[in-house]
Amino acid sequence: MLKKVLLGLIPIAGALLFTTLILVAVGASPWRAYGNILAGAFESPEKIADVVAAAVFLVLCGVGMCVTFTAGQWNVGVEGQIILGAIFATWVARNVPWPQVPLLTLMMLAGMLGGALWAALAGLLKVYGKVHEIFGGLGLNYAAQGLAIWLIFNPWKPADGATMSGTDPFPEPAWMPTLGHLRVAPLAVILALVATVVIYFMLRGTRWGLELKAMGKNPRAAFVMGVPSTPRLLAAFAVCGMLAGLSGAIRCSARYGRMIPDIAGGQGYLSLLVALLAVSRPQWVPWIAFFFAAVGVGSPRLELNMQLDSTLGGVLRASVVLAVLLTNGARMLLARRRARLRGNLSAEEV
Amino acid sequence: MDIGFVVLTLASIIASSSPVVLASIGETISEKSGVINLSLDGSIALSAMAGFAVACTTNHVLLGVLTAMAVGALVALIIAFASITLRQEQVAIGFVLTMLCTDLADFLGRPFVRVPGPSVPHLPIPYLSGIPALGSIFFNHDVLVYLSLLVIIAAWWWIERTQPGLKMRGVGERPEAAFARGVHVNLTRYLYVVVGGALVGLGGAAYSLSVKLGWSYRHTFGIGWIALAIVIFGGWSPWRVAAGSYLFGLLRALGSILQRNPAFAVLPTQIFSSAPFALMIFALLLLNNEGIDRLLALLPPSLAWRIDQVLRGRAPAGLGKPFIQD
Repeated sequence: MLKKVLLGLIPIAGALLFTTLILVAVGASPWRAYGNILAGAFESPEKIADVVAAAVFLVLCGVGMCVTFTAGQWNVGVEGQIILGAIFATWVARNVPWPQVPLLTLMMLAGMLGGALWAALAGLLKVYGKVHEIFGGLGLNYAAQGLAIWLIFNPWKPADGATMSGTDPFPEPAWMPTLGHLRVAPLAVILALVATVVIYFMLRGTRWGLELKAMGKNPRAAFVMGVPSTPRLLAAFAVCGMLAGLSGAIRCSARYGRMIPDIAGGQGYLSLLVALLAVSRPQWVPWIAFFFAAVGVGSPRLELNMQLDSTLGGVLRASVVLAVLLTNGARMLLARRRARLRGNLSAEEV
Repeated sequence: MDIGFVVLTLASIIASSSPVVLASIGETISEKSGVINLSLDGSIALSAMAGFAVACTTNHVLLGVLTAMAVGALVALIIAFASITLRQEQVAIGFVLTMLCTDLADFLGRPFVRVPGPSVPHLPIPYLSGIPALGSIFFNHDVLVYLSLLVIIAAWWWIERTQPGLKMRGVGERPEAAFARGVHVNLTRYLYVVVGGALVGLGGAAYSLSVKLGWSYRHTFGIGWIALAIVIFGGWSPWRVAAGSYLFGLLRALGSILQRNPAFAVLPTQIFSSAPFALMIFALLLLNNEGIDRLLALLPPSLAWRIDQVLRGRAPAGLGKPFIQD
């Protein structure tokens, strides 16, 4: 157990060493920088609430991506699926004059539908158009971004014409209630945790999850064993898209209270990193998302206090993932070497 | 529309496409040997920033260009090490490096945002640039643009016409067979991944030192993804990859021409800058669609075969898979 923890710390130490070297190279104090990030994320209840609120989106998308990863798919289109979720939810918020509870429910469902449709489109392109899902997803991201901008500039143009700041604010009932003065919506946190638990059991405890796993590990073998690949693949995309769309709906309802051009804000790409660290294990996603969100909320402090660019947070996050991949690889390489020394050639593929 | 305008537009497409040409040819070389370098969008950004930063501080453009190439090669070396030696998934490592390099470029490039700096010198080729039309289209540019044209020819010649190029294709197609013929598979892959990465870095330099001078937040945004898509679009053949790059340049030029047209004034400008990206990626869909198979089946077989050869290419059979020697 202790050995496992220590091994887990190696990549984190490696990533910190890398960012420390970079900070030293630009002549900034690493201690002050890390202190600023930590303080920016945890110094007050308001900040911690911000971290939790930011983690919600990463949890939803990251857990969803565990599903597509299990099926062996690179769903790079999550960014666009978030946007479509937000667009569908915005349409509901603008056109359905209902009271809060049914309206919010409908917005969330609409968001899930929008995300699922956009994701299924990436899946259809993959299955019937033979477009690799990475490029189909990217193309759909650009298309979704264009659609959002067109909607905000034309039919949903705000009354004051300041289109870059988004549409007019939603009517009051379409705002997801937050916890007192804190900027975190308890409902959003609950939805994210429920999604984690549901996906965990879907992947672990159902035949559906097993079939996805079989497809991810060896698509040919799964096909020969009678797994209906196409429906499973499309379903995996749709489930991921549903969760991404839900996070888009929550973004415009709880975070901004309106639709803005950059509604996805790179969360889709970031949650791909979360999912890469979680390696198809949804139970890990909330912890990783919390760490990622803390770095994200804390690092703008660098700009305020040290005149450093806040992208250092992104460097830190990505280098943790890189270090984890490299140490995993190194561990397997060493295991192969040891096996070879013992003359055990069958262990070549450890 | 007069002829002068057309010539000018074509010349500007040749010039402004040079980063995409260099990067996509670099990626073609890497993928031909069997390794996907998915980090392009990040490594172009980082090498563009590094090249500009060095050129700016030392006031030596050549030093900047070399730095950019070194940065591209270094990122590619990490990809090669992680995927060939450590056998990690190439797409995973490439994606992480995309994110890492993009953020690193923005972090380290902060002091150089919108700072004026040196550029690659403009160098009309004597006599040739005097040819009507052709002279202005091909022979009235800066050095990096000529280099991008030369790289296309050199890559084609190396891959299709030389002995080492044949070995490189063998390593990408059937590594086991190449190994049996005495080719050092992994070393060859390392070599071409790094060479390809250096070309990607050169593409970055072509951006920050020539096409879009200087550095700013998200300066090269999206170019790397397009270059990756173009390699597939071009079927891993240097000529078609180059054609794809110029097609993308044409789409962007058309975008900016249409944008000036009052009939399209209702559309937000962002649409014109992002539409070529979406169009380009969906062009892939059209070319790979089974509908094309059905259309081709209507034509006489010899003609259909030829069209198929021109339009489409096949991925190297060993692409993305580690070579395990036992």
